[in-house]
Amino acid sequence: MKYTPNPQSVVEEMLQTIGLKSLDELFSDIKAEVKVQNALNLSEGMGEMEIRRRMKDLAARNLTTEDYPCFLGAGAYDHYIPAALEQLLLRSEFYTAYTPYQPEISQGILQSIFEYQTMICKLTGMEVANASMYDGGSALAEACNLACTSSKGRKKVIISDTVHPEYLDILKAYSLSGRMEVVLIPGKDGAADIDTMIKAIDSETACAVIQQPNFYGILEEAEALEKAVHENKSMFIMAVEPISLALLKSPAEWGADIAVGEGQPLGNSLSMGGPYLGFFAARKDLMRKIPGRIVGQTKDLDGKRAYVLTLQAREQHIRREKAGSNICSNEALCALAASMYLTFVGEKGLKDIAVRCHQLAVYAQQQLEQVGMKLKFNKPYFMEFAVKVNDPGAANRKLLENGIIGGYELDGALLLAFTEKRTREEIDQLVAVLGGK
Amino acid sequence: MNIPKKLLYTSEHEWIKVDGERGHIGITDYAQHHLGDIVFVELPEIGEEVAMGESMGVIESVKAVATLFSPAGGRVIEVNDELEEAPELLNEDPYGNWIAIVELSTSDDLDKLMSAEEYTAFCANLD
Amino acid sequence: MSKLIFERHIKDSNSFTLPPLAVPAADISDSIPRQFLRNQHIALPEVSEVEAVRHFTELSTRAYGVDSGFYPLGSCTMKYNPKINEWASRLPGLAGLHPYQPEETIQGALQIYYEMQEMLSEITGMDGFSLQPAAGAHGEMAGVMTIKAYHQNRQDHQRTKMMVPDSAHGTNPATANMVGFEVIEVESNNRGLVDLDDLRGKMNEQVAGLMLTNPNTLGLFEEEIHEIAAIVHEGGGLLYYDGANLNGVMGIARPGDMGFDVIHVNLHKTFGTPHGAGGPGSGPVGVKSILLDFLPRPVAVKKGDTYAFDYDMPLSIGKVKNFYGNFGVIVKAYVYIKALGAEGIKQACQHAVLNANYLRHQLRDNYNIPLDRLCKHEFIANSKRQANQNHVSTMDIAKRLIDYGYHPPTIYFPLIVSEAMMFEPTETESKERLDEFIEAMRAIAREAEEEPELVTNAPHNAVIRRVDEVTAARKPVVKWEAP
Repeated sequence: MKYTPNPQSVVEEMLQTIGLKSLDELFSDIKAEVKVQNALNLSEGMGEMEIRRRMKDLAARNLTTEDYPCFLGAGAYDHYIPAALEQLLLRSEFYTAYTPYQPEISQGILQSIFEYQTMICKLTGMEVANASMYDGGSALAEACNLACTSSKGRKKVIISDTVHPEYLDILKAYSLSGRMEVVLIPGKDGAADIDTMIKAIDSETACAVIQQPNFYGILEEAEALEKAVHENKSMFIMAVEPISLALLKSPAEWGADIAVGEGQPLGNSLSMGGPYLGFFAARKDLMRKIPGRIVGQTKDLDGKRAYVLTLQAREQHIRREKAGSNICSNEALCALAASMYLTFVGEKGLKDIAVRCHQLAVYAQQQLEQVGMKLKFNKPYFMEFAVKVNDPGAANRKLLENGIIGGYELDGALLLAFTEKRTREEIDQLVAVLGGK
Repeated sequence: MNIPKKLLYTSEHEWIKVDGERGHIGITDYAQHHLGDIVFVELPEIGEEVAMGESMGVIESVKAVATLFSPAGGRVIEVNDELEEAPELLNEDPYGNWIAIVELSTSDDLDKLMSAEEYTAFCANLD
Repeated sequence: MSKLIFERHIKDSNSFTLPPLAVPAADISDSIPRQFLRNQHIALPEVSEVEAVRHFTELSTRAYGVDSGFYPLGSCTMKYNPKINEWASRLPGLAGLHPYQPEETIQGALQIYYEMQEMLSEITGMDGFSLQPAAGAHGEMAGVMTIKAYHQNRQDHQRTKMMVPDSAHGTNPATANMVGFEVIEVESNNRGLVDLDDLRGKMNEQVAGLMLTNPNTLGLFEEEIHEIAAIVHEGGGLLYYDGANLNGVMGIARPGDMGFDVIHVNLHKTFGTPHGAGGPGSGPVGVKSILLDFLPRPVAVKKGDTYAFDYDMPLSIGKVKNFYGNFGVIVKAYVYIKALGAEGIKQACQHAVLNANYLRHQLRDNYNIPLDRLCKHEFIANSKRQANQNHVSTMDIAKRLIDYGYHPPTIYFPLIVSEAMMFEPTETESKERLDEFIEAMRAIAREAEEEPELVTNAPHNAVIRRVDEVTAARKPVVKWEAP
């Protein structure tokens, strides 16, 4: 396939107009020793039919959650996506547009981001939200970076190891800057060790971080930590799960200064881990420091309501090396999917989904316990828990043989997630396979 | 370009009005003109110690951002809270609206600043 | 005036329903202690499906994409986004994969990863790639992190500075700062290229490297790239390639052969994946062999006939993103490269450069072009003539283009050219389209001369007129509040 519309005759006409004889002359400013001598070692181009065949073949070599019930969660969840959403995302005015730099021809996109920001504020209870970040993990790293850079030399990030291990890995990479010192506090029985975290807080502490529910699906008892962090004039940062917020106390209610999270559950397909979106919300007084794009409401010359990218003086294209972050895009289409999702399911629907996930998990726990299995941690959870198995790898293989995508392998346990898509039959089958001798 | 006689100036376009051991600090007409509509002023904290030429605040317009450097060393004893709500005051009257008051630690720094005449010549060279 | 979704709220109008509950209806309060439960009302809008569909459809009519028309946004490479790519990324066998599935169940996906790493290495002349970064700036960050990790691993701790040309994208200095480097700016000479003397003078044992875009942000190829590489390498630094402008040389010259040690590419610019109104993009980071150990982990490897993720990278910088990057975007770029093949990649570049030079040539009678010589995929013009005559600015011309049905070029960048207008037509525009656009630009030049108010008050035909950005920034309203 080629997507160059000018045929050879037109190319020659254009070359003539600009006074050149060949396409090669367009590259006369590149010295010969730098030029590609032979053709690139890539396969020959393919037509659409060949491409379809090849991509279908490649897709067929995967086993997909469309075909097998999936009990994997651990940061990416198999929730239902409304049909209307999938259709609307194919509107090419949305997906083939660039960042809305020119407000006059981008009002639809700017408004959609404004609506997204509003919905994130509503879900988290926080006062301001940005237009979205790359994903939950990088949003958390940026939140910690903000806490450190805005607290005059404080560098310590006190974080529980019950936070998603990939988030911790991302935080480690971001701390290469030398501006963050990550203090990792081992959890106790699947939950954050709040007492030890509190003891670790000192005059160097910029922030303390927990995830709610944590990586193991367990609900963290955050009250004492919040109090201690704020007494020390440090920031309290929470990574939260958006669907759980229909049921669970919001980060604002916990007293968080910054709330971030993985937005994938809101209408974005699993897609092997991306593209997803990170949401980022904060207290109002941090508005001029938060990373990423922000859309604001204003008026046009006629006084008509209008939207525009605002507070741009925070950003890299103006502040350059003094910018708080280098991020200069968001995940606009994923954020649009998220606000469409929240619109299509509505408040009641979101709550129904959250309750359903929890009820299915509770049912699964009861059934597993009936066949003599035990949870690894006996603590309140939302929709995900770890069940003890002797050999998690073997258990997963056995599940796969029985047509089930199993759980995330922990030390002596499987971490299982239950979305509203799971049926009683699927759970019964899971229990039968795991509990079978 | 308005450049009042009795003030001292920096090459970063701040002014200081010295009154005994205290100095009122602001930005010049040249600075506000080149920044355009000022939308936000990040004020220093009261009690903060600043050295001459050290960053003590940030001034943002829609398309630009400037650091406020202290014209002289000292301790911040007062800030102009009014600017938090009305940053446009710096556009409207840059010399009538100071940003911070500093208790000067030494008068030596002042000798390094420009007079109105010197600053006028300095700006003329820039444009 | 368009209503916000919140203003379309009608109580009980949303009829989303779950299937009937097939398990016992456990009482939440039995299993979740009260202190964890939410008290705060969320207040999401309740809207019927049909009204929601109309709402979002209406929003789309007030947006402008490549499919709507010509989009000469410089440095953004707004080329056509082939539809077959969209189809492929939505195949259930790809879109329905959980990232933690066992490797034997995702062999097709792993093959795409592996082949993509290989193809990008071939196109850029590098030795290995990680596909993890989610965007260009994110790829830059991962790349600069590998430079930092490299020097640290050699116990060379004094290299605390990063050089960046004054013509660079803002992300370059911002990235260097994010990774904890002090930024040193290198000047451009009067030909718009890196000033070699300035570079020599600034290169020393404290400098970790130089970040460079080539072709640079003026659309010009750094002709002395070998000399630049030699200066940096002899000084013990590494050379970073910002792939924003790769479309101007792909298939013709490779950054790896120019002497670059690390590179990021923008799949959403060079390799035809859509920009999504600001994302998702994808910014794979590629390196020469000396930096392979430091790449974000994991990378895809091939063992016999099977594919796997290799996590055994003890010197890796860690991760910059969850899982393995924006897979859905990677699939689209994979299809794009497969569709074009070696010859198509080269031809795309040739036509992109031809279109840019044609446009430059045809606009020079009406607009000032500061560096009016052979360019690559983009060039800079400015509004100097229009400004001198009737105070018509670059902003005015950009807004007037909207009235003519075009997306404006990138404006006021690069910073080293005043009133810059940066045009990048890309290879997917026909001569007819370009000619129509040239006519519009000429008409605007005439208007600027004869009826300047028409231009300075533009746009006239858009859904809104110019907006009050000052109030937006002074008194920010960043979410809707119920009246």
